[in-house]
Amino acid sequence: MFTITKRRELNPTVTELWVHAPLIAKKAKAGQFIIVRAKEDSERIPLTIAGFDPVAGTVSIIFQVVGAGTMELNTLREGEAVHDFVGPLGKATEIEGLQNVCVVGGGVGCAIALPVAQALHAQGAKVTGIVGFRSKDLVILEEEFRACCDELILVTDDGSYGEKGVVTAPLEAKIAAGANFDEVIAIGPLIMMKFVVKTTKPHGVKTVVSMNPIMVDGTGMCGGCRLTVGGKTKFACVDGPDFDGFEVDFDEAMHRGTMYKPFEARAREAACNLLKQEVQ
Amino acid sequence: MPNMDPKKCPMPSQEPNVRNKNFQEVALGYTAEMAVTEAQRCLQCKNHPCRSGCPVDIDIPGFIAHVANGEFEQAYQVIAQSSALPAVCGRVCPQENQCEGKCIRGIKGEPVGIGRLERFVADWYRENVHTKPQAPAPNGHKVAVIGAGPSGLTVAGDLAKMGYKVTVYEALHVAGGVLMYGIPEFRLPKDIVQHEIEGLKELGVDIECNMVIGKVLTIDELFNDYGFEAVYVASGAGLPRFMGIPGESLNGVYSANEYLTRVNLMKAYRPDARTPIQQSKAVAVVGGGNVAMDAARCAKRLGAETVYIVYRRGMAELPARKEEVEHAEEEGIIFKTLTNPVEVLGDENGWVRGMTCVEMELGEPDESGRRRPVVKPGSEFELDVDTMIMALGTSPNPLIRSTTPGLDADRHGCLITNGPDGLTTRPMVYAGGDAVTGAATVILAMGAGKEAAKAIDKAIKEKHGEA
Repeated sequence: MFTITKRRELNPTVTELWVHAPLIAKKAKAGQFIIVRAKEDSERIPLTIAGFDPVAGTVSIIFQVVGAGTMELNTLREGEAVHDFVGPLGKATEIEGLQNVCVVGGGVGCAIALPVAQALHAQGAKVTGIVGFRSKDLVILEEEFRACCDELILVTDDGSYGEKGVVTAPLEAKIAAGANFDEVIAIGPLIMMKFVVKTTKPHGVKTVVSMNPIMVDGTGMCGGCRLTVGGKTKFACVDGPDFDGFEVDFDEAMHRGTMYKPFEARAREAACNLLKQEVQ
Repeated sequence: MPNMDPKKCPMPSQEPNVRNKNFQEVALGYTAEMAVTEAQRCLQCKNHPCRSGCPVDIDIPGFIAHVANGEFEQAYQVIAQSSALPAVCGRVCPQENQCEGKCIRGIKGEPVGIGRLERFVADWYRENVHTKPQAPAPNGHKVAVIGAGPSGLTVAGDLAKMGYKVTVYEALHVAGGVLMYGIPEFRLPKDIVQHEIEGLKELGVDIECNMVIGKVLTIDELFNDYGFEAVYVASGAGLPRFMGIPGESLNGVYSANEYLTRVNLMKAYRPDARTPIQQSKAVAVVGGGNVAMDAARCAKRLGAETVYIVYRRGMAELPARKEEVEHAEEEGIIFKTLTNPVEVLGDENGWVRGMTCVEMELGEPDESGRRRPVVKPGSEFELDVDTMIMALGTSPNPLIRSTTPGLDADRHGCLITNGPDGLTTRPMVYAGGDAVTGAATVILAMGAGKEAAKAIDKAIKEKHGEA
């Protein structure tokens, strides 16, 4: 039974769930992911691990309610259980030997950037955090980032909190000012990661991105999560989810991500109607 | 006096134009009278060549003799001595290359319908006999099986019957492997698969789903921390192959694994399903095996008006089971044989709008013994499709070999074993099924499981001086 031990609403559309999964908690590393099914007939959805506590035997996932699957997940309360919880899948983020790293997070992607920043901090690296959100009410995990970053730059699109603008502006400024990062690790929307790479590439700063394509099984079987990286077909579930940002074909990945948009919209509407009925 | 009808008793089936719009089973199964009539076609010949064609060595004339006498329960007991999944094999084995291919009735007419009889016996038993199998007395030894597909379930069943405590670890949320995610409902109903798996549980087999071995637990931990004395790796097929032609990343290009997993495991054919699948008008399935036939027939049932099988060799070379090819043709699948895609074409929005193909002709035999297809010069043409499904085979799943030191694989990623026993390059680690052979059949995976179960039993008993 994958019981939910703790549930926290981080902002109006983003929820954190801590799930009892002792075997996974023992093995999990930053950058790996979980396949979750909320209920018996739910879709399998991949969610990157946001935190883990091997002593308590719990793993956390943080998700934004975007489709029917996450909407169903969001109906579960503390003490209830998710039907399926599989992991830790994919390769862990490679942080060994890094001493000076910029971790860039965007929106709900910050949830996954956090354990990477924490792991880097724990190994004594200097961590510069740049996190971006659309507006003040969508900001998540600020305290947690402050605790593990030597410097944290927070930006919002509308300027309602922190600096106004997007993450690439402070990133460019830092690099130009001679920050001399060993590596930039970017986790967020594809469009953000694409522009992070556009920022770092001219300076030749190695940039690792965390990809989150459509998956079905997540264990190296279906091939749905394929990406073009360096001109070759790669599978995010077993070859990633981290890849060299300079090599990733972001435009293709963005396009493939839209494959089920019309279905998702219908499914979301159906799930909404169902929930409304339950409430009535 | 045997029944000398040269033809098999026909199998009742749904009408092609009815069944190609639903996911219910195509073949409806023999009645008891039909089964007895067909069983009486068996000559009970001395050499019973059929048996040598069976990868799990079922006593075929033995069970057929019982069917001919109307003794269906006894017939079941004969099959059950050799096969853990008779209702499955009766439906999905390529009998024409195995038992039926060797039947002497096949020389002057059609062979005895061994597969149909096996299916009848298994179905009759499931519907009429409700005594639960007794778990044998435990022998005190524990074995772990990785993967709850046909090979893993066979090992689990055979070892459980010998008294072993077997735990099967399955990566997906449901046991059955390819029987659940790959083979469609209309060919192998999923409640039949689950019924066979329930039977194994009653024998004392534990099945733990959602466990990706190599990630959540390693093989070393299974030995050192969990006290297993042997491990059988049956992790099955892995990543799909693509052709490496331009346009394969366009929206609307699927691997057969993904397409079938969405349809079968995730039930995307149901109107209330949460997992989406593309609503296609015209589909090309590239490949000629059973998986290609399954994908094509699923696409038709999902409402595609036109479904092509695109295969680079001829009809005679199709590797699929004969019955699947016939069923597909009856259902309106169009076979574009001697045809090979060279490019997938996209529309302005990045969705598949067609593919460029070339015509092929058969040249000299290649190393597989089949005539090599060569391109006919100047034969390029376009096929209008909005969906492409690549059914070109798979490479074995990389998760186990990449996390288990000392477990060697060949250059294709297939685990190396000592031959029939399935012993890998690690002591007490055995392997079989697609993880060893690359994509093959359910029955070969089961055959490998049978041999490995014997070898595991022998090795454990020898270690404890019990042999």
